[in-house]
Amino acid sequence: MRLLTLVLLLFSANFVAESSAPCGNYIGDDLDHIGTCDDAKVDATDIASLQRGAQLYMNYCLGCHSLKYSRYKRVAEDLDIPLELFKENLIFGDQKLGDLITIGMEPKEAKAWFGNTPPDLTLEAGLRGPDWIYTYLKSFYVDESRPLGVNNMVYENVGMPNVLFNMQGEQRSVCREVPSKASNGGLKQDPLTGKILSIEKCGFLEIVAGTGEVTKEEFDESMRDLANFMAYMTDPAKVERETVGFYVILYLIMFTILAFMLYREFKKDLH
Amino acid sequence: MVTKIMSWFDERLPITATIERHLTKYPAPINMNIWYLAGFLLIVVLVIQLLSGIWLLMNYEPTAEGAFASIQYIMRDVQYGWMIRYMHTTGASAFFALIYLHMFRGMMYGSYQKPRELLWVVGWFTYLLLCALGFTGYVLPWGQMSFWAAQVIMSLFGSIPFIGEELLTWIRGDYLISGITLTRLFALHVVLLPLALIAVIFVHILALHEVGSNNPDGVDVKKFKDEDGVPLDTKPFFPYDIMHDLYAIGVFLIFFCFIMFFYPDGGGYVIEYVNYEPADNLKTPDHIVPSWYYTPYYAMLRAITFPLFGLSAKFLGFVVMAAGIAIFVALPWLDRSPVKSIRYKGVYSRFFLALFVLSFFVLGYLGSVAPSPIRTVLAQFFTFTYFAYFLLMPIYSKYEKCKPVPERVTLS
Repeated sequence: MRLLTLVLLLFSANFVAESSAPCGNYIGDDLDHIGTCDDAKVDATDIASLQRGAQLYMNYCLGCHSLKYSRYKRVAEDLDIPLELFKENLIFGDQKLGDLITIGMEPKEAKAWFGNTPPDLTLEAGLRGPDWIYTYLKSFYVDESRPLGVNNMVYENVGMPNVLFNMQGEQRSVCREVPSKASNGGLKQDPLTGKILSIEKCGFLEIVAGTGEVTKEEFDESMRDLANFMAYMTDPAKVERETVGFYVILYLIMFTILAFMLYREFKKDLH
Repeated sequence: MVTKIMSWFDERLPITATIERHLTKYPAPINMNIWYLAGFLLIVVLVIQLLSGIWLLMNYEPTAEGAFASIQYIMRDVQYGWMIRYMHTTGASAFFALIYLHMFRGMMYGSYQKPRELLWVVGWFTYLLLCALGFTGYVLPWGQMSFWAAQVIMSLFGSIPFIGEELLTWIRGDYLISGITLTRLFALHVVLLPLALIAVIFVHILALHEVGSNNPDGVDVKKFKDEDGVPLDTKPFFPYDIMHDLYAIGVFLIFFCFIMFFYPDGGGYVIEYVNYEPADNLKTPDHIVPSWYYTPYYAMLRAITFPLFGLSAKFLGFVVMAAGIAIFVALPWLDRSPVKSIRYKGVYSRFFLALFVLSFFVLGYLGSVAPSPIRTVLAQFFTFTYFAYFLLMPIYSKYEKCKPVPERVTLS
């Protein structure tokens, strides 16, 4: 019995021991869980959002990050963008609609410029999740100690420049006074005055007012569109898959009911 | 006319006799319960895997340069390619889930006991082949986890004293995991292993139909027969069992399709997220996790952290892991109980079987998370209890007090 208790204790300890932070040092709305990604609220059926995301991707990301497992035409068709319009506005260079979305940048040169070859992003949302991408894109801040002058709260010391700087504006990592937590989870109070005590906490992100082309809310919305587009890119068949799946399961339920009734008839023979 | 044609064939090929022996006159005990479905559903999954595998093969490219891209080609450019691939990945997980249930059924009702020892041994071979198929198939998409799982598993052979290094190079066909390794695993996965699996399953069914199905009471249904020589407590497999199985296929496929169409990643268990990145031999993933169906054995491998008798910890871990898979085959000779089914076995058998199940699940969990000192201690403890079920069986099964077994099957 003692052994069993020990085992149970050890087992429960193993759950407490580890807490992972998928979004690095990012501080979101929940101060107790630093590193929790913001919810990108991806929606594969929101075609307008996907179209805006595609536009952002082609203009800001495609210079360095290919989507080499996907084809232009498929994106245009899935996103309800007329082929001619797509070709005129979203394909740069002499690539054709049926081509894979590749880029002209040489991996070797890219490595020399950024320290690492910018990865292909077709499957990035599968690898890291759209919430991570959404939070990451919002988390660049000015850091003069870095070669490119920026750092990222989610991906520390990342080699990528903040390509959305003009749009977002100058974002800085600042410190704030926050209410101090007692070990029991409540707020710490001054024992004499009853005033809530506070401590200084750093790593909050703040945009310097008036430096960006759009407001913070508009920027967040755009990043949501971009994350949504990348989620689509990883799993382009999602909408079709779920539609087909619905009918398949509906058919199987009918089949199963009939099979059950048949089974019941045969069962009568046995008794 | 039909009878004439049939008899023409029957004189040259035993068609009618075979159908009667294996279907219309095969006596299935009437008290078989839900646990007996797993075997039938395994055949269904085998068919799913063979068919989806053939279609995947039409577009897959077994080279280090082209494998990863060809999977994405299947997922994006091949019509309904995603469906074929998800069918295969979901099928792999279903295969293991069902074979574990099937094996557990055998352990619970003593289906390995005389006269079914050989049936059990042949079944164990199918499990072994399935493990090999799962491993070789997992490498083919050539993602990060494919590569590093292959690296970890193959390097185990390198830990064998004296011959390890040479053996490892011979198995890999190269000094590291490369396109050469990929093509040989591909050849095994699509030709040799499936052929062997089909052959072994065929023998498994032949052996089953020779000795007859066991049942939850573990009593011999052939003891009491009617005037025609048909065992009393049985029903013909066709059509009675088939009707039951047809209904079960429906329920099973609803679950199967639900995962396949709505959660094809299975929360990272059916397809691991790290595999969305192509294989890169310069970049090791944070922690390397095998597919969920191997995690109990992976936990055993990692549980051995100390060298012993001049043998490395890695080699000992490899031995323990292999023993964990191999020990099932010894069950018919470890069990000394006079009764078959857990229903009539004593309290120790029940306790150790429950302990085995608990160990299997805890090890499965531990094998899927990153190691820590506490987890290693837990893995060692549960590796010990896992083996205790088998190794202490000759003692506890012999000396415990069993309940009286009824003469004929009971129906609840």
